[in-house]
Amino acid sequence: MSSNPDFWSFVFGRLSWESFPLHEPILVVTFLAVALGGAAMLGALTYFRAWGYLWREWLTSVDHKRIGIMYIVLALIMLLRGFADALMMRAQQAIAFGGSEGYLPPHHYDQIFTAHGVIMIFFVAMPLVTGLMNFVVPLQIGARDVAFPFLNNFSFWMTVSGAVIVMMSLFVGEFAQTGWLAYPPLSGLEGSPGVGVDYYIWALQVAGIGTLLSGVNLIATIVKMRAPGMTMMKLPVFTWTALCTNVLIVASFPVLTAVLVLLSLDRYVGTNFFTNDLGGNPMMYVNLIWIWGHPEVYILILPAFGVFSEVTSTFCSKRLFGYTSMVYATVVITILSYLVWLHHFFTMGSGASVNSFFGITTMIISIPTGAKIFNWLFTMFRGRIRFEVPMMYTVGFMVTFVIGGMTGVMLAVPPADFQLHNSLFLIAHFHNVIIGGVVFGMFAGIAYWFPKAFGFKLDPFWGKMSFWFWLIGFWVAFMPIYVLGLMGVTRRLNHFDDPSLQIWFVVAAFGAVLIACGIASFLIQLVVSFMKREQLRDLTGDPWGGRTLEWSTSSPPPVYNFAFTPIIHDHDAWWDMKQRGYTRPLHGFRPIHMPKNTGTGIILAGLSIAFAFGMIWYMWWLAALSFVAMVVISIGHTFNYHRDFHIPSEVVDRTERTRTALMAGE
Amino acid sequence: MSPDTLAQHHNPGHGHGHGHGHAHGDGAGHGTLKGYLTGFALAVILTAIPFWLVMGDVFANPQVTAFGIMALAVVQVIVHMVYFLHMNTRSEGGWTMLALIFTIVIVAITLSGSLWVMYHLNANMMPMPAHDMRGMP
Repeated sequence: MSSNPDFWSFVFGRLSWESFPLHEPILVVTFLAVALGGAAMLGALTYFRAWGYLWREWLTSVDHKRIGIMYIVLALIMLLRGFADALMMRAQQAIAFGGSEGYLPPHHYDQIFTAHGVIMIFFVAMPLVTGLMNFVVPLQIGARDVAFPFLNNFSFWMTVSGAVIVMMSLFVGEFAQTGWLAYPPLSGLEGSPGVGVDYYIWALQVAGIGTLLSGVNLIATIVKMRAPGMTMMKLPVFTWTALCTNVLIVASFPVLTAVLVLLSLDRYVGTNFFTNDLGGNPMMYVNLIWIWGHPEVYILILPAFGVFSEVTSTFCSKRLFGYTSMVYATVVITILSYLVWLHHFFTMGSGASVNSFFGITTMIISIPTGAKIFNWLFTMFRGRIRFEVPMMYTVGFMVTFVIGGMTGVMLAVPPADFQLHNSLFLIAHFHNVIIGGVVFGMFAGIAYWFPKAFGFKLDPFWGKMSFWFWLIGFWVAFMPIYVLGLMGVTRRLNHFDDPSLQIWFVVAAFGAVLIACGIASFLIQLVVSFMKREQLRDLTGDPWGGRTLEWSTSSPPPVYNFAFTPIIHDHDAWWDMKQRGYTRPLHGFRPIHMPKNTGTGIILAGLSIAFAFGMIWYMWWLAALSFVAMVVISIGHTFNYHRDFHIPSEVVDRTERTRTALMAGE
Repeated sequence: MSPDTLAQHHNPGHGHGHGHGHAHGDGAGHGTLKGYLTGFALAVILTAIPFWLVMGDVFANPQVTAFGIMALAVVQVIVHMVYFLHMNTRSEGGWTMLALIFTIVIVAITLSGSLWVMYHLNANMMPMPAHDMRGMP
């Protein structure tokens, strides 16, 4: 039996000893480091007997606040991986000139730039955005949780599963070598016969389910669960942007799912949707994936715009200038983002009419975006600006993002795009808007809402260090990339012949090191803030002089968020309440109906990893078994009728009394 | 509504004020027997006509038949949405209709845009003799 090759290939599919990259010293060392770190963490968890606590209070939690925090933890962990990839690429490009090959062979380098793109977009930017929305939106609209708390937990764990699948590819097999969107025919079976593209497909499919469901969840939450009196035009701007982002998610992610299904059919059962012959057309893949891909850009940036709106009005102690125009600009961007996708492939061969249509729509998008910039500037105008860390990120964003926006308009001109397409100019442009927009926005959001989540502020010194390293590091890293792009250097190269280019890459690598210092400062900030938490403690629940409802409750908020559902009369509801001399209700509490924690989400997500692993390695029995298990457990979960409970009024009373005592300084 | 949807406890909060322990579907219309029967009759008729168009060879040109069937299919979709899914401008305070319109706009953009883009891809190609064109996919 044991010598029967058929049996072993049935059990292990394509997996063999050769699949493990034992001949790659970089990967072996990485694996040892990860294994040691992981073992240390597991040991510490066991030593401190934290497993039960972790399982009961966090992993199975359906509390939107905890899920939001876990999303952000996931994003920060994945940021380290994605940034390690970035540093490796910068180092390779800085040394691989003329006779020097650098230290990364092409097949490894190609995996690194693919993994960098996939991880940074899907497992850093997306979890940051979803995490912030999860944490903030219910608090801002005066709700006790999202509309579907279990679904929220499930969505989070599916995102984690996607990240785990990408990380597995580091040590078992390989990752795609195709670039972050895996264009066929390169990503077809002939171009990429290995498991790399399959890892890519299944990681995105699994994580995509989570993203889509959390989009549905948050739309339902915003539409159905607003506090009484909060009409749509009284919604906080961050919630508006969250709504538009989730509408974009629900409308566009199915396109990604469909196009990846078609690609997997090409790879698994031999269809010819995207092959070069037999009637297939790879250009259709490019067309479809950008119908998802362009809205995706706005999915990331809109919540960042929302954060900047909240931060600007809070730290200028002023009502946001042009609230209505801000809302309309957001909605217009939502619609327009569906009309521009072709600008990603002007050079594919369409004629003048198509290219000019999409060029013009792209330029039009800059109008609502520009309106937003002016709204923030006018909010700051004659405001009493406090330059705390979130506000510094906002100003840094305005300076940086405007440059990125302008290079975007340059790229939107089709004749210019024919020169700049696929060049490093494009790379500099989108890092300019993603770092200068999304990343700054998310760091501003983390600094802004951290005291709400944990009850103490982040240490400002290390926050400012992190900000300046990020800002200066970004400019040093990407301005040389713009220059190189204008000189005609194309993206994704791991070796250059012209030695005169080297100095620019060396400068860019230095910039990347500065950004690394920014990330390190952020991590130090977390540790220092935790150590100094008693000095940084905020007992009021409103450390910044906030304007929206989340600042009306305690920090961290009780599990039920609000003892009584607030009633809204104006936008900037909490500011309005403070002006009218609001006093906290101290008695008359009633039992609060809450959802119960459940482990089903994490179990289903774990099975989905097994399913994906089976599909990737052709272990059909594993895929079938785990799929059946998922279906059975999902059906079983619907028979669980004990999924809610009431927090007794005495507990609510006790919680609120404790807060009263704390606020009185006892 | 299952207990894990908290939405029902916030019902008074969104403008169209009903929902005091309302058992399900706050705001969605409820079908009547008459409505369901009308919908059923229309659906049957709209199914029978295409069947007859094909089986009875009504049109000489099969393309006309195909377009006729597609047009009837669109009507069929609308009948299902109105009579079985209770689509109207009032349900859920208008959100259902808004979502439907948004969906239609997005699907229309995606389909028409993709067709336009894909049929335009040869615009910059060198002119090709007719017999070479026939070999193209």
